[in-house]
Amino acid sequence: MKLLAMEAKLHLRDWPTLMFSIGLPVGLLLILGLSIPSFTELQDTGERIVDTHMPSTMALLSLLTLSCSVLPAVLATYRQQGVLRRLSTTPVHPARVLGAQLLINLAVGTVATAVLIVAGWLAFGAAPPRQWGWFVLVFLLGTAAMMALGLVIAALAPSAKAAQGIGSLVMFPLMFLGGVWLPRELMPEPVRVVSDFSVAGPFAQALKDTWAGQPPQLIHLVVVAAGLVVFGAIAVRSFRWE
Amino acid sequence: MKIIEVRNLRKQYPGHLAVEDVSFEVAEGEIFGILGPNGAGKTTTVECVAGLRRRDGGDVRVAGLDPREDRDELRRVLGMQLQSAALPDKIKVWEAMDLYASFYPDPADWPELLDRVSLSAKRETLFKDLSGGQRQRLSVAMALVGRPRVAVLDELTTGLDPQARRDTWELVEQVRDTGVTIVLVTHFMEEAERLCDRIALIDAGKVAATDTPAGLIAQVGGEQKVRFRPSAPVDDAVLLALPEVREVTRTGPQIVVRGTGNLAPAVTLALAHHQVVPADLRIEQATLDDAFLALTGRKLS
Repeated sequence: MKLLAMEAKLHLRDWPTLMFSIGLPVGLLLILGLSIPSFTELQDTGERIVDTHMPSTMALLSLLTLSCSVLPAVLATYRQQGVLRRLSTTPVHPARVLGAQLLINLAVGTVATAVLIVAGWLAFGAAPPRQWGWFVLVFLLGTAAMMALGLVIAALAPSAKAAQGIGSLVMFPLMFLGGVWLPRELMPEPVRVVSDFSVAGPFAQALKDTWAGQPPQLIHLVVVAAGLVVFGAIAVRSFRWE
Repeated sequence: MKIIEVRNLRKQYPGHLAVEDVSFEVAEGEIFGILGPNGAGKTTTVECVAGLRRRDGGDVRVAGLDPREDRDELRRVLGMQLQSAALPDKIKVWEAMDLYASFYPDPADWPELLDRVSLSAKRETLFKDLSGGQRQRLSVAMALVGRPRVAVLDELTTGLDPQARRDTWELVEQVRDTGVTIVLVTHFMEEAERLCDRIALIDAGKVAATDTPAGLIAQVGGEQKVRFRPSAPVDDAVLLALPEVREVTRTGPQIVVRGTGNLAPAVTLALAHHQVVPADLRIEQATLDDAFLALTGRKLS
């Protein structure tokens, strides 16, 4: 418990990271929403871009940053510096640190998403996710899958620097495939097919659907769950403590 | 009572036999040194003792526990200071102590422990802002925070300046005085000679010899040299008559006497008898380095 509190404290002390995981997505939502007129105009779909597309992709941005960049960087640094090794000389297994990191990143992602919801509501009168139950399920399932991918990165990276590099290399394509820059509806057919299987793509789509008040498509849930199983299995097999 | 017993320890890494055959015993309350050149298998040996690595052969007991089977219990009786193991950059000194104390059922009073390693003034300092010596002292404090019966200190003073090194040695002696058995891994001859009650010399995965520092030196003959400038002429025969003396040579005004046993007192006593004062008296003894060289045919450092 104390370990979790300490890790949380250390995470909060690292404010540049918080800027990327909470400040940037929220800032983008507000700045783009307030400065680009078309973002607040009614689209063919019957809603504005700031209603569901913007907040759901910004939530994805935050979750991808946390899972693919922040989490592996911290774990690889701990391994490289011998923090995990030192812990293994005590009665506490280093797996506790890993657990604490997963919980903390999940918590930060949750806060970022909550702030996005509140900010969207205050700034644009955007409604909160209308399929609450499904939304929470999709959020947890997708975040778990992305974090499992982050653990794979942490496991395979030979050093802390490599973890950051590989993290970016994985994160940016996933952001693209998740529709952070180009909405999935506007993607050319072949790209959208790749996106459909990229785990981040169906995760983004399911987040958006549930935000807009529709239940998620089964196929999207299946792909995300499959991602969780595959990444999780690789991470468990390959993770090294030292 | 033997608190650590290691018999025929063996550890194989892929493509490299790190420890071939290591046996030693450590008595409760002593400072036991594991001395050898880099790559001799010292660290691997203590890692197997501390349960950080699984041995491939032999038998290890620490306070009656098998590090392979009783990992959790072992961690409550054995504290380990690791070579090059760090903490998160932004953790404060007191936070690290408080956190690690919480891992043990009956931890030491950590503010007092910080005081003992002279880090009380650095309580609020971030780990990344500590000097090398301060990190090592914190590392020792963290190895002791669980009130272990045995503390393993691995390359404790590597990279420290001479002053910090002497301070750390004093700290180790203080810790021993509180009843903690200490296993000290080092490749510094001087450190082993100064601190250890007994030493195992390890070379290429095997124990070359185990004895007290003086015993190890004596094993290799232990010839000493006494060098001085006599205040008045003195005959070689006076010195050669002493049973301790083997050889007397002169270089200019200097006399060099070689021999064994209580050479220096015997020589100065004989000189005093003839009203001769030895000026610029120097005593050169064989060192652990010489012992290591004689026992393994290799230089220690």
